[in-house]
Amino acid sequence: MKVIIPSALKQYAENQASVEVSGATVAEVLAGLTARYPDLRKHIFSDDGRVRAFVNIYVNQDDIRHLDKREGTPLQSSDVISIIPSIAGGSSRAFEGPR
Amino acid sequence: MRGHCERAYPHEACGVLLGAAVAEVREVKAVVACENARTDAPHNRYGIAPQELIAAQKHARDAGWEIVGFYHSHPDFPARWSATDLAEAHWLGCSYVIVSVMQGRASATNAFWLRGASEEEKFFAGEVVEAF
Repeated sequence: MKVIIPSALKQYAENQASVEVSGATVAEVLAGLTARYPDLRKHIFSDDGRVRAFVNIYVNQDDIRHLDKREGTPLQSSDVISIIPSIAGGSSRAFEGPR
Repeated sequence: MRGHCERAYPHEACGVLLGAAVAEVREVKAVVACENARTDAPHNRYGIAPQELIAAQKHARDAGWEIVGFYHSHPDFPARWSATDLAEAHWLGCSYVIVSVMQGRASATNAFWLRGASEEEKFFAGEVVEAF
């Protein structure tokens, strides 16, 4: 299935914006992806092997954290997996300025 | 972008910048205004729903572009990055534009380039903004 690589991580995947990776579950696809592009691993997974808290993994329009089987969610070849680091922030606790 | 930030006042506005990145320059071709998902504290926090990011990413891909950055406003606060901005910035290599909106009017706009080889080493570097 197709895995969409965000622009922030493209440099760790030979500048590919999307790649085809086979696997029966989300976990298998992510494992296959990071085996092919080892430099991606630390950007997606924490040291304990879990998907980093700020990395969202979507299967089509569904956040896997909201699916019953999460990383174990079974996939079909037509599914599109998106890796989406979160975007957030705000002026609270502001203390630094332009460098 | 600045108009969106004024309309959202006194809340923070946010959006996605689409375009092309060549070497150390990010050229913005289109601006996608997004909803601030932080409805619990919209006056000093912002968040963009992943679904909106996926849609913006598809928009970019369809146009031959990519996501090159993001913007948000600081209502009645300077256009400088906060500890929260850095802690919650994860798109390495992208630009983070901050618009200060003072009493409802957009004032200073600054851009910061999120650099570093990893989440643990990331830092913001000020960058020059040129308008054409």
